[in-house]
Amino acid sequence: MTQLSDITIKDIDVLVIGGGTAGPMAAITAKEKDPKASVMLLEKANVKRSGAISMGMDGLNNAVIPGHATPEQYTKEITIANDGIVLQKGVLEYAERSFYMIQKLDNWGVYFQKDETGEYDVKKVHHLGTYVLPMPEGHNIKKILYRRLRRNRVVVENRYQAIRLLKDDTGTVSGCIAVGTRDAEVIVIRAKAVVLCTGAAGRIGLPASGYLYGTYENPTNCGDGHSMAYHVGAELSGLECYQINPLLKDYNGPACAYVTGPLGGYTANANGDRFIECDYWSGQMMMEFYNELQSGNGPVFLKLDHLAEETIQEIEQVLHTNERPSRGRFHDGRGNDYRTKMVEMHISEIGFCAGHSASGVWINEKGETTVPGLYGAGDMASIPHSYMLGAFVYGDICGENAVEFARHRDLPKLDEAFILSERDRILAPLKREDGIPPNQFEYKLRRLVNDYLQPPKITKKMDIGLQRLKDMERDIEFLYARDPHELLRANEAQHVLDCALMAAKASMYRQESRWGLYHHYVDHPETNNEDWFCHVQLYKDENNEMACKKRPIDPYVIELDEEEKTAYQKMRIQKVS
Amino acid sequence: MPTANQITMVPVVVDNDKCIADKGCRTCIDVCPLDVLWIDEKTGKAHMRYDECWYCMPCEADCPTDAVTVNIPYLLR
Repeated sequence: MTQLSDITIKDIDVLVIGGGTAGPMAAITAKEKDPKASVMLLEKANVKRSGAISMGMDGLNNAVIPGHATPEQYTKEITIANDGIVLQKGVLEYAERSFYMIQKLDNWGVYFQKDETGEYDVKKVHHLGTYVLPMPEGHNIKKILYRRLRRNRVVVENRYQAIRLLKDDTGTVSGCIAVGTRDAEVIVIRAKAVVLCTGAAGRIGLPASGYLYGTYENPTNCGDGHSMAYHVGAELSGLECYQINPLLKDYNGPACAYVTGPLGGYTANANGDRFIECDYWSGQMMMEFYNELQSGNGPVFLKLDHLAEETIQEIEQVLHTNERPSRGRFHDGRGNDYRTKMVEMHISEIGFCAGHSASGVWINEKGETTVPGLYGAGDMASIPHSYMLGAFVYGDICGENAVEFARHRDLPKLDEAFILSERDRILAPLKREDGIPPNQFEYKLRRLVNDYLQPPKITKKMDIGLQRLKDMERDIEFLYARDPHELLRANEAQHVLDCALMAAKASMYRQESRWGLYHHYVDHPETNNEDWFCHVQLYKDENNEMACKKRPIDPYVIELDEEEKTAYQKMRIQKVS
Repeated sequence: MPTANQITMVPVVVDNDKCIADKGCRTCIDVCPLDVLWIDEKTGKAHMRYDECWYCMPCEADCPTDAVTVNIPYLLR
């Protein structure tokens, strides 16, 4: 019989899960606010090079800088870009703290582009306002974060995958159970407060290339946090508002409206003509992109071949050294040269990512999920279009609030029976003699997502998809791992399956079309504000079944003008008559 | 359930003459987000053990002896 005493238990005040962008900031802030508190940063890879910004970031996409933009204007723009379905208080909170965070990062040594007068060199990419701030030296941002983690004495545990959150008998989160990715050691981290920062769910759909890891998102971001939040009873929101992004065909780097747009590059059709007013990523923009791909004018291209040599060199310098630096190598292999021809583009697989769209674990303006003691930040949490700076801001908010929550709480009691049964469940694939390898399980699952769940969404297809995915739940007990690494993949695949089921459930619940391509529901082609001007919350009901419900939109703190409301509906360029 | 061993060309290539993993270096293994680089027990050098690459390049960028090259996976090339 296994005893709890056989399992390593670590006690900590604040546990932060995920060491990419939001996570380090949450951990650092928690220590800054209360240096006596113990703070652990748990990371599936290594915090030195983990998460969406493992190789840095080429700029801020949503900087709200006095003199260029106001928090009110930004909140309006994000409200409009999301067809009104936002927690405005949450967006405004971000916007109001945005400049403070830029200054904080600037003080830490992150270099933001400045003009000849020493002011931030902000560029216009969005439809209405001006928010894009280049970071030409952005490749070193992880190093800067790492230094701060060390200086603040955050306890870093690398190479542990968190599998399930724990809660006490009051329903308050009390830590997590995790497994070592190299030794399959199961450990328990008992914590007074937990901040989830596990990034996007980027492995739901299968990239068109068929390569499992050729995803838009860093594939370590597979929805661990979405799955953990769901199982512990938290609500998730807007999951039907998929993330789908414009990419270079076959290469999973963004085509980069934010980098090339301000320098004169744009998205064009096969004739070299612009067809969208604004390259800022929104569902409406993606709808026009999709329509053009399907039309006689397709496919779609990134057009730079009209630019001056020095401009192209500047673009190459940024795009080929930052964020996704293997892009240059990809172009070399294909003989692509920005100077001489347009580069083919395509659309990404589906995913959940609040960084770019609006789907994730529901949080309010304090970073609180619907479960006490559990906070969320970054691509995983529901504040829309938050990008890297939003991850930092909400990491900061969560760190502050989580350490305060922990201060008023004793070390929680552990649920021994739950921990022991989870340990057996987690390790089961290693105990089998043979069975289904995780890679085959995951390939099939993600192929089904592409076949049945990606837009255009059709009820009958999603019905079949949901059934096929539920059939796959029965395969879990046959998953087979030969070593701890394959066990990591087996556990990830189960989280991916949870996310795929959530995508289907939420999509079928919202019986209208909204957010352009993100929720293009063929059976319900119109936007229906009368019935569906609301959030869709997904949660685990009392029978442990996946369920959805409506959540009314909180009254706006900033009203929109009638004309502004439709600004993002008019994406397609009107032909001059 | 019978299984098969299929061959795969991997994207990350390590130059064994330059690699100093046998002297204790673990840089590329440490930084790989997907944890696909391991020590080859026969040579003591680093090698790509699992074809699960995001071609993100920390392994190449951080290698102290320039032993690592990241290629684009064949399916994408």
